[in-house]
Amino acid sequence: MAFGKPDLGSIMPKGAAFDPALVNKIMGKFGHSGFLDMEYVGHGDDWVELSVDWREDLVADPETGILASAVIISLIDNATSMSIWTKLGEFRPQVTMDLRIDYLRPSPSGERVYGRGICYHLTNSIGFVRGFAHNGNPDEPLAHASGTFIRIGDRV
Amino acid sequence: MTELPLALPPYARALDMAIVDEIDGAPVIGMPFTDRVQGRPNFLHGGAISGLLEIAAIAAIHQALRAKGSDSAIKQVNVTVDFMRGGMSQMTFAVGEVTRLGRTMANVEARAWQDDRDKPIAMGYMHYLIKAKRPV
Repeated sequence: MAFGKPDLGSIMPKGAAFDPALVNKIMGKFGHSGFLDMEYVGHGDDWVELSVDWREDLVADPETGILASAVIISLIDNATSMSIWTKLGEFRPQVTMDLRIDYLRPSPSGERVYGRGICYHLTNSIGFVRGFAHNGNPDEPLAHASGTFIRIGDRV
Repeated sequence: MTELPLALPPYARALDMAIVDEIDGAPVIGMPFTDRVQGRPNFLHGGAISGLLEIAAIAAIHQALRAKGSDSAIKQVNVTVDFMRGGMSQMTFAVGEVTRLGRTMANVEARAWQDDRDKPIAMGYMHYLIKAKRPV
C-alpha cells in the first residue's frame, strides 16, 4: 500500500537548519498526524509544541467525552520527536523506543489539547525526552511524559 | 449502562478497529493498516499502535469487571509503551491481560503483534483507578 506522505529526509535538505513549523506543515497533514490534524504551536532551542483539537471521533469514553489517551500519546510522540531534531538542528532517522505518560487529569470535552516535547539530553544514538500536555495554560498540565528515541542510521 | 457491553468507542471505530477474536476471555482487537494509522511511509504511527493497545486494555478490564459482576467505571492513571518492532503495513492485533484487579486499582498489560503473537511490535503497561459508579 502506498500513500502520499513524502519522505522526511527529502523534505529537509542536508545542511539546512531543522524548521519544526515547516516540517509539521507536511508531517501534520498526512497519515495518523493528518487524521488528528496536528498543528504547530511554537518551538524553542530544545522544545516543540503541537496541538490537536477535541473531536467527537477521538473520544474513548462517550459518557464523558474524554479523548482517547492515545491522542495525547501521538501528540507527545510527535512533539518530542521533533524536539530532538530541533535541538540537533537537523533531521536524523529515529524511532520511539519507549514513552510513559502520567495523566494528572482528564482533558475536558470540547477543549483543544497542547503537547510540548522537550529534548533534555542527546547522545550519539539516544534522544532523551520529556513533555507535558495542557489545555492552553502550560502552568496547568493535564499529563506529564518521558521517553527515549533511538537513532536508526539510514533505515528511514 | 445503556451502551452495549462490548461496543468500541468512537476513537476505535474511527481507526477501523474491531473485535476479531478472544484469548483467555479477553477480546482481541484488530486494526487494519490505513492512511489514518500511518506514521513514516509504510509504517504504523507509534500513537496509533498505542491507541490499539489502549482499546485492548480497556476491553480486557471491562471484561474482567463484568466477570466479577462489577459495573465500576475506570480511569487511566498512566501508561508506559515499549515499541519493539516497526509496525508494517498490514493488519495488527492486540489483547490486554489484567494482571491484577483490586478494589481500587488494576494493572493491565497489553500486547500488539502482526504475524506472530510471540513477536510483539509493542507492549503497553497501564494502571487504572477503579471507581464505583455513583448512584443516579
